[in-house]
Amino acid sequence: MSVQVKDLKVYYRTLRGDVRALDGASFTIADGEIMGLAGESGCGKSTLGRSLIAIDGRMRYVGGSVSLDGAALPLDDQAAMARHRFTAVSLVPQYAMSAMNPTRKIGKLVTDLLRSRGIAPDTVLGEFRRRLELVGLSTDVLARYPIELSGGMKQRVVMVISTLLDPSLLVADEITSALDVSTQKAVAEAVVEFRDRGFVASTIVITHDLSILVQMADSIMIMYAGKPVERASTDAVVSSSRHPYTRLLLSSLPEVGVRYEEHRLSGIAGRPPSLLNPPPGCRFRDRCPLAFAKCAEEPPFVEVAPGHSAACWKA
Amino acid sequence: MLRLDHVSKSFGLGAFGSRSFLAVDDVSLRVAPGEVVSLIGESGSGKSTIGKMILRLLPVSSGSITFQGEDVSTHTGKALKAYYRRVQGVFQDPFSSYNPIFTVDHALDLVRREYLGDLSGQEWRRRLTSVLETVSINAGEVLGKYPHQLSGGQLQRLLIARALMLDLRFLVADEIISMLDASTRIDVLNLLGDLKTRGLGILFITHDLSLGNYISDRTVILRHGAVVEMGATGLVFGNPCHPYTRALLSAVPQLHARWGAAPEQQAPPVPGGSAPGRQAPGTPGATTTAVPPAGLVATVERSRTAPGRRAALVEIEDDHFVAPTGNG
Repeated sequence: MSVQVKDLKVYYRTLRGDVRALDGASFTIADGEIMGLAGESGCGKSTLGRSLIAIDGRMRYVGGSVSLDGAALPLDDQAAMARHRFTAVSLVPQYAMSAMNPTRKIGKLVTDLLRSRGIAPDTVLGEFRRRLELVGLSTDVLARYPIELSGGMKQRVVMVISTLLDPSLLVADEITSALDVSTQKAVAEAVVEFRDRGFVASTIVITHDLSILVQMADSIMIMYAGKPVERASTDAVVSSSRHPYTRLLLSSLPEVGVRYEEHRLSGIAGRPPSLLNPPPGCRFRDRCPLAFAKCAEEPPFVEVAPGHSAACWKA
Repeated sequence: MLRLDHVSKSFGLGAFGSRSFLAVDDVSLRVAPGEVVSLIGESGSGKSTIGKMILRLLPVSSGSITFQGEDVSTHTGKALKAYYRRVQGVFQDPFSSYNPIFTVDHALDLVRREYLGDLSGQEWRRRLTSVLETVSINAGEVLGKYPHQLSGGQLQRLLIARALMLDLRFLVADEIISMLDASTRIDVLNLLGDLKTRGLGILFITHDLSLGNYISDRTVILRHGAVVEMGATGLVFGNPCHPYTRALLSAVPQLHARWGAAPEQQAPPVPGGSAPGRQAPGTPGATTTAVPPAGLVATVERSRTAPGRRAALVEIEDDHFVAPTGNG
């Protein structure tokens, strides 16, 4: 088990109290596994991804533990975390467009980054060029400014930089959201390729787009209002999901071939509860068509079938 | 109802506009009342530029846009105002469409002040309630609230409601659901479907093929500012003939099929061929060359400077037009 997360809680500090953005998440990711993390905005998926990399001043580490290859990650000590970042845990941020310094050529950017980490650039630049070619970019990009590249190219450059030191865990946060369908495909395939070649051991892909996860992820975890509600292999989530939220979410997705006149899809009425003072019990209760008296009690996140966990009394 | 005839738009680039960039290249299309036409293209394909030209936010470089028989580009003063009574747009980001320091009522009041000043307070409220009902919003839930207190879906619906307060005949919906969550976006999409049945013409601009496929009656695929394929949605998606359309469709992530596992696409008839019709399955499309989507090619440097008349689209079957290949 490469990545083990136990009951991780991270809150945001606000003047009105703590926002419980991530309120207890437990899961494991095996070596070579790509886990997709999906949910609506504000469900805590990005908070989860970000807290594995860096907990900044607005966030407060409340509890839980993360271990990577058997050793605990010092989430509560950001100075100690710095040693793990880039080498053991790495992030591909949501907006690669703004992740790069616009005044530096990409080659300069990379050597600066490596020097700041105490790594002699010459030792890894050869590998960097090789990987650029692997994702379909020419090494000419090293002599270019970020503005000269398209969004998809930038996203791939950032991905190559982030994974240069073969991290054990890569967090890819909404890397395909701002891209066109065709560039989306190239980036998604690059993520799978990097896993296949062993550049990264475990990957978390965060997105709100379930259909792109089906293309690349081995397993999918669905989150709702700060908590995981379902985790299973990709096929199980798509074809035999147990949690009503997952089912409603899947049924609201239009696919090529589904037409308004023939088959009218419906969304999920209502909104997720405020995470400032979340109500007790199941947080999906108010929007759930299956809700019954017992839902006032919080359902545990338990295994309902081999390799398939869900947090629902009716699962 | 709305017609675009050979519309082109070029932007000046460089010092004193020494170079020009052709964003929209000889596009002709029409939208009938009660019809949703989706305009699909990747970034930079000119789809939003077309929407902005229809809304008179950008002037047309050449060609004409006519709405109910009147040339739109010549409207000024009263005529323009009358045009905006019938044609309105809703844009991508619901949060930046509102002024965050005012409640959402302010956005509605702007319309009242500008267009419906002669309405009594009672009449205005009556109309507002009925319009909010149309877009399935509970008036008590949204009125008097600030934009940050509402969800993106509610804000988008409120913007559509605001447009409906006027004598709306045509709506330009530019990526209106791209920023919404999966659970709410389908409701906004269904709302467009409801409006369509009330006789509204809708131009639905999107980069998401599955959304376009779901809602629209007719589909226009744009590439580099020019139309590569258009026609009835079922025909364009069911029998895509331009290599670019096929490449786009094969890149769409599907829930129940993986990219690699997709069945081999049937070879399409060659546009412009003398005998259009489907070839036998399994016959390789020998004469068509695969055109990769723009994003896959690192250096697409097509000269997009001079607006020239392009080769006309070829009608390969009833209501299904394809640009000749090699032109895209």
